[in-house]
Amino acid sequence: MELLVSGGSNPVSRSGWLGVHVVAVFGFLYLPIVILVLYSFNGQGVGGFPPRNLTLDWYRILFADSAIWDSVFNSLEVALAAMLIALIFGIPAALALDRAQFPGKALFRRLVLLPLILPGIITGLSLLMLFNFAGKHLDLLTIILGHGTALISVATTEVFAGLQKLDRAQEEASLDLGANYWQTFWRITLPNLKLSIIGAALLIFTLSMDEIAVSFFLIGRENTLPLEIWGRLRRGITPEINAVSTIIFLFSLAAIVVWYRLRTSAESRQDS
Amino acid sequence: MASLTSPAAAESFTSASKPALLSIRNVAKSFGKNAVLRDVSLEIAEGEFLTILGESGSGKTTLLRIIAGFEQATSGELWMGAERLDQQPPYRRRVNTVFQSYALFPHLTVEQNVGYGLRVARRPDAEVKRRVAEALDKVKMSAHAAKKPSKISGGQAQRVALARALVNRPQLLLLDEPLSALDANLRRQMQVELKSLQREVGIAFVFVTHDQEEAMVMSDRIALLRSGELEQIATPREIYSRPATAYAAQFIGHTNLLKADVSAGIARCGSLSWPASLADGPTLFSLRPEHVRIAAGISGAVRVHARILNKAFHGGTELVRVECADGLILTARIAAGTVAQREIELEFSPADAVPVRESSERN
Amino acid sequence: MFSRAYKMVVTVPPLLWVTIFLLVPYLLMFCYSFWTVSASQTIVHSWTFDNYKDLLQKPVYWQTLLRSMWVAARVMLFSLALGYPLAYFLSFYAGARKDWLYQMVIIPLWVSYLVRAYAWKTILGSDGVLNTLLQYVHVTHHPLDFLLYSPFAVVLTLTHIYTPFTFLPIYAALEHIPRNLVEASHDLGATPAQTFWKVIFPLSIPGVLAGATFAFVLSLGDFLAPSLLGGPSGIMISNIVVSLFGAAYNWPLGAAISLAMLVLVVSLLVVSERLEKKWSFS
Repeated sequence: MELLVSGGSNPVSRSGWLGVHVVAVFGFLYLPIVILVLYSFNGQGVGGFPPRNLTLDWYRILFADSAIWDSVFNSLEVALAAMLIALIFGIPAALALDRAQFPGKALFRRLVLLPLILPGIITGLSLLMLFNFAGKHLDLLTIILGHGTALISVATTEVFAGLQKLDRAQEEASLDLGANYWQTFWRITLPNLKLSIIGAALLIFTLSMDEIAVSFFLIGRENTLPLEIWGRLRRGITPEINAVSTIIFLFSLAAIVVWYRLRTSAESRQDS
Repeated sequence: MASLTSPAAAESFTSASKPALLSIRNVAKSFGKNAVLRDVSLEIAEGEFLTILGESGSGKTTLLRIIAGFEQATSGELWMGAERLDQQPPYRRRVNTVFQSYALFPHLTVEQNVGYGLRVARRPDAEVKRRVAEALDKVKMSAHAAKKPSKISGGQAQRVALARALVNRPQLLLLDEPLSALDANLRRQMQVELKSLQREVGIAFVFVTHDQEEAMVMSDRIALLRSGELEQIATPREIYSRPATAYAAQFIGHTNLLKADVSAGIARCGSLSWPASLADGPTLFSLRPEHVRIAAGISGAVRVHARILNKAFHGGTELVRVECADGLILTARIAAGTVAQREIELEFSPADAVPVRESSERN
Repeated sequence: MFSRAYKMVVTVPPLLWVTIFLLVPYLLMFCYSFWTVSASQTIVHSWTFDNYKDLLQKPVYWQTLLRSMWVAARVMLFSLALGYPLAYFLSFYAGARKDWLYQMVIIPLWVSYLVRAYAWKTILGSDGVLNTLLQYVHVTHHPLDFLLYSPFAVVLTLTHIYTPFTFLPIYAALEHIPRNLVEASHDLGATPAQTFWKVIFPLSIPGVLAGATFAFVLSLGDFLAPSLLGGPSGIMISNIVVSLFGAAYNWPLGAAISLAMLVLVVSLLVVSERLEKKWSFS
């Protein structure tokens, strides 16, 4: 439906000041990223204007940096493990919230979803105190447990939304035709949640790769990529960081495009 | 193909009764390649109850939205009095709409909903209160004034939507299938109420529906739309007894369409023949089932001997489908319970066989 | 839809995890907040209110807390001011380009927080892009100091991070508004501006509340941006907590402040939820 306001067919021109605002906000959102990418090729390093001496040197240095590579592998390990934990506990949680009634359900829902909105420092610190009290040394495992805990909420939210869209009649038909609850779950419910689960997995993986606040307190001797970058930032800026940031940006871009495609194909499947 | 009732004829009809309020001139609307309205022209008289009737896809809702201002016509003009209406945004037109889904504002009470248009126009508080109370009283919703839309039923919401539109005293009220969400009994009741309300306030109503019975019950005139063009515009009686085309004959009420050949003043259809003073050539005739009676030997009537295929009970009458000697299938409406046998003698008067135009193919 | 076994399998594992890794840690934090730290850097399990007294009485703590809330409030207001018109434009004016524009807004969300904060650092520094650009075009003659290592930098960066966060719930709420309500409002004589204030905005309030809460709460607890860009004047409460768990080694006091933050955040969430319910009409 076209919102008739005045003449003109171009949405931006039609909306006057609103259009200007929108362009400005997009500029604000993308400006730092654009500059970051631009300066990763800048011979003079960070700062100075305009950029000169375009070069790939920083990327070459980056690829030779073994500490960075180590932290990348650590991050991957953590992200995959956290993804598994979040899904293994998050999917049942979504099912429980959607279908089961039990005492303390309201409290359970709040607790599960709390890490989504809570600043990471609180989640990180509370877990630190747990590990300290239990006498557990900090290492990659504690980070995995931290990420898993924080990201269960993401899995639960995505799968819950997928469950809302599920047609109950399909499950009832399955039961009617003789399948029991377990068979119905594996043959009907789970396949229908496939897209929600994949979307959630992608989101969790990306969030875990970028996670700092919780990891900050649970780090042992081995660094994850964000913490490795963080450490270097404290010591001073090097353009290598621009290079690695640009690469992270590209991966994130790819991830979100895939995620969005999945989402819209799920929705269009719903409508057909 | 131009409409049967040409603009000239329609105009003569209206100007004979009342002055034209809204003039729709050659309005066409396309969405991309899809032509939804093609060259529609009609006049709406002051104070009349006009129904725009058509199937889904006929363009009736689009036409209504163009009058309201939510769509722009691709070509053509709308004139209200001496002003061009189509160049004005919806909030400046003296036209109000009752939406199919009522579109009540969920965050406002019934009273605030009804008073919305008046408050937006910055009418004084006392006047708003008075007029809102009057409007609510007219639709019998005064007791629910302080409730929010989520707390009232569908039928009640429909009345509130009506009050909200009427309180602004528009020159024209548009109703977009407002009764389609109601159950049958409530629907019939609302049809009567709407009609008497319209008479009472004297505002022209333009009512859109796909239900031909509804159109017949309520309207002063019916404008039948098909595939974006005006098929016929006439009073209910006129459109029923003298349909212009085969489509009009079939859409409104039941009918038998007889493919006959006219030569030398006689129409022949299979084994039937009757006098018809028309030009020679193939002609389509519309014969209403209630004009096909059990044979009583009336002079001049065309007699038909037929075998009963099935009967449909309609309370006081039955709709009987019969097969004639040469395979022609007819539908007759007879008093219920009068026929028990398998064979039947029917007759009809030649005057009741109305010649109709073939409806042209449109995509 | 549930046999007992199904119910058990579905509820027990998550319940267990949540209990062990969420409930118990919060309870531990509660306990820690009442303990003290001895002179020899060990945690003494004696129960006292001292930490809370410190929090309320020592200016460095409660002033920083208030300052952090002020920073969070500004971030909330700016990101709402940026995000709401954006959401409004996408929902009501964008037409066919809506989907594509939506993706464009979400993409920055997925780009690492660290990367974006770092980008601002390179832009705002005295040798950074902005300063050199301004001097290059002769608008200024020496670097502007306040750009970096100041509350300004923190508010700017956090606004940048959280604008997409406020955008999302507002956009969802606006999309939820049936378009025929807008048409009805126009039909009844209201101009687009009147329609916005009388119909669209009131119905979008739950989204605004959700977005505002999100931006405020997450900004309040943020320690990364102040650390990178805040300098001494931009220190926020979470930085203090970080140092209490680090160099300043006073876990109990840190726990007390964290708990205070937790209580503050949860109360805000409860209030926000109540208000959202009050303003939702479907």
